[in-house]
Amino acid sequence: MLIARVIGDAVATVKNANHEGQKLLLVQPVQLDQTTPRGDAVLAVDAVDAGPGDLVLLVTEGFSAMTAVGRPDSPIDMAVIGVIDRVTLFDPATPA
Amino acid sequence: MYIGKVIGRVVSTVKDPGLASQRLLIVQPLTPSLQPTGKQIVCTDSIGVGAGELVYWTRGKESSFPFLPVEVPTDTTIVGIIDRVNVC
Amino acid sequence: MILARVVGTIVATRKDPRLDGKKLLIIKPVTPEGKDEGSYLIAVDAVGAGFRETVIAVTGSSARMAEGCKDRPVDTAIIGIVDTISLDKGATKGS
Repeated sequence: MLIARVIGDAVATVKNANHEGQKLLLVQPVQLDQTTPRGDAVLAVDAVDAGPGDLVLLVTEGFSAMTAVGRPDSPIDMAVIGVIDRVTLFDPATPA
Repeated sequence: MYIGKVIGRVVSTVKDPGLASQRLLIVQPLTPSLQPTGKQIVCTDSIGVGAGELVYWTRGKESSFPFLPVEVPTDTTIVGIIDRVNVC
Repeated sequence: MILARVVGTIVATRKDPRLDGKKLLIIKPVTPEGKDEGSYLIAVDAVGAGFRETVIAVTGSSARMAEGCKDRPVDTAIIGIVDTISLDKGATKGS
């Protein structure tokens, strides 16, 4: 799982039937400083009703993403499965 | 899932039987601001997209699921056509 | 499986119900010599690991084979705490 920031969403009319009724969030994975981007932003199905600006838990493996949104055997490889309340680093000197 | 643009097509005659009758499209991955990022990839197409369209695609085994019960040996598949991207 | 070091925790109230009661730890992959390998991952703790411990983490669908992770949306799980690591050039302590 990764920490990501919700930065927007995407709307698609023509799409796989298993994606019908699912919110597609645009999320930017971030480093531990919660701001530095980690790679490119990706699209993830929303399983917890997250919103813009939320810091979220992103799963990046198919089965986890599918079970989180209750759509087995569907082409879903990423999902937002939690809204993060707090990140604690035991050692503040931990590099991002 | 990742954002991308369909920029080309691949034709292959000799290929895995599982790929028979599959369209193979070349996709350029894009950032949310629709700038090219990373290497172009070859994707199977599960919905019937056209040249130049803005799409989203999946990576990994789940890319073969739109074609079930046929087991297509693909790891990248286009699963939707994007109408609009909203960046907050 | 990868070697990693526990560097922090994550708290999320609103999350998939199947993650309720699971401890989420921030881990950083390390080399066998104990050097940081850059990035981080968030993992479900299946063994009761603690701060700064060197652990074994499993990623991908295999993470759901970890204790208590069956049928849950988990893609990284901590499945062991390293006691020692032995390399050809000598042994280094695990944590």
